[in-house]
Amino acid sequence: MPQTPLHAEHARLGASFTDFGGWDMPVRYSSDLAEHEAVRTNAGVFDISHMAEIFVQGEESAAFLDYSLVGQASLIENGKAKYSLICNADGGIIDDLIVYRLEDESFLVIANAGNRDAVVTALKSRAETLGFSGVEDKSDDFALLAIQGPNATKILQGITDTDLTKLPYYSVGAGIVSGVEAYLCRTGYTGEDGFEVLFSATDAIKVFNALIEAGAIPCGLASRDTLRLEAGMPLYGHELNLEVNPYEAGFGKVVRLDRVDFVGRSALAELSGRTPTRKLVGLVGEGKRAARADYPLFADSESTVQIGIITSGALSPTLGYPVAMGYLETDLSELGNTVSVDIRGTRLPMTIVKLPFYKRSK
Amino acid sequence: MSNPTNRSYTAEHEWVLVEGDVATIGITAYAAEKLGDVVFVDLPKVGTSTTYMKICGEIESTKSVGELYAPLDGEVVEINDVVVSAPETVNTDPFGAGWLIKVKFTTLPELMTAEEYAALTGEG
Repeated sequence: MPQTPLHAEHARLGASFTDFGGWDMPVRYSSDLAEHEAVRTNAGVFDISHMAEIFVQGEESAAFLDYSLVGQASLIENGKAKYSLICNADGGIIDDLIVYRLEDESFLVIANAGNRDAVVTALKSRAETLGFSGVEDKSDDFALLAIQGPNATKILQGITDTDLTKLPYYSVGAGIVSGVEAYLCRTGYTGEDGFEVLFSATDAIKVFNALIEAGAIPCGLASRDTLRLEAGMPLYGHELNLEVNPYEAGFGKVVRLDRVDFVGRSALAELSGRTPTRKLVGLVGEGKRAARADYPLFADSESTVQIGIITSGALSPTLGYPVAMGYLETDLSELGNTVSVDIRGTRLPMTIVKLPFYKRSK
Repeated sequence: MSNPTNRSYTAEHEWVLVEGDVATIGITAYAAEKLGDVVFVDLPKVGTSTTYMKICGEIESTKSVGELYAPLDGEVVEINDVVVSAPETVNTDPFGAGWLIKVKFTTLPELMTAEEYAALTGEG
């Protein structure tokens, strides 16, 4: 199983490991809850070097991305980032990704580890269609660390000369971190302020340890999952997959139909004109029993007709009650509506709420 | 954490401490660590019958759900209210204060020794 350049460091720090997207990744170092709490109240560092870094460069790079993704990369200003989706011709989601415009003719696309091959294959085939040759998968050359939490800026500022106050949310800049050339991205997947720092894989141990020395708490994927869930952020393979279209997933706004052709446009244009049959919703429960992925949803405690399914769920460490995301038939997906979830044979009520469950105070 | 030698073990990662005709049952440190932070424990009611290797409770962490398999036939005579109100006790003291249930039994099935269990989990 592939490992990141920090695998031995994680083991040295006492991490337990899990298979994630085909990678042997740290699931926790000591306690999921302590790591979750560290990110909400202090700062955590996550090794996310398993994620895919695809560079798109050249004169036609913006036009190529406009054609390949559902959003309009050409509208991203230099030094800014944008959340986007790559869809197939039917409008099914191949992956969700972040596009960073590094320079006029240079973009960085960060995709999910488990979708690396699918995204690279789709991008290369679309490049061939356009006669574009500037797609390069450099995932193996880079380490990527996420520093997240209210103290993330202070900690990262201690080991970089880049003025982080000049790097607003969803922007990117080149700089030096702990003596290492890096891209500093003000993005994340936890609902907290923070950064994702991309640099050469050969310097992974140096930068990782510098961050820990500066006060960042090493955090595993278990806490990353509960953090992103509280923040209402989707996880590919759970909320998103090839059978889901952006309108069902609540990402209609990410799709820009008012422009020239792109892959999936005609299917998405048609879907945008219809009410989706199901919708992704946020659900909260009572007590301590969490509804988890794949548990079925029903209209009420007596009904045996399934009306939806949980895609992610946990007892929220921050809020203390069960939270979940899931798909529900659209006519039953109104905010405030109560449905019934089957938790391993026990029916419990859950109420539909607006996402996210948790929003940081600014 | 090493497995105490004064008790027996199951392949489902429970420990069984026999005193007279009552067995105290918990999950091992290995199981607690694999689960992660325990946040909810669902135990059978006092008076419930247990059947060897049938599920009689659940131990939930933030990440997953672990099932509690009854290590012997019998009747639940006591449950640990401490782990119900403070589930993290299962992590902090799995072989002690984090015990789960006490079961009154008539016959004991064949269970593993601490050494055999350590071999199973690769700790040996």
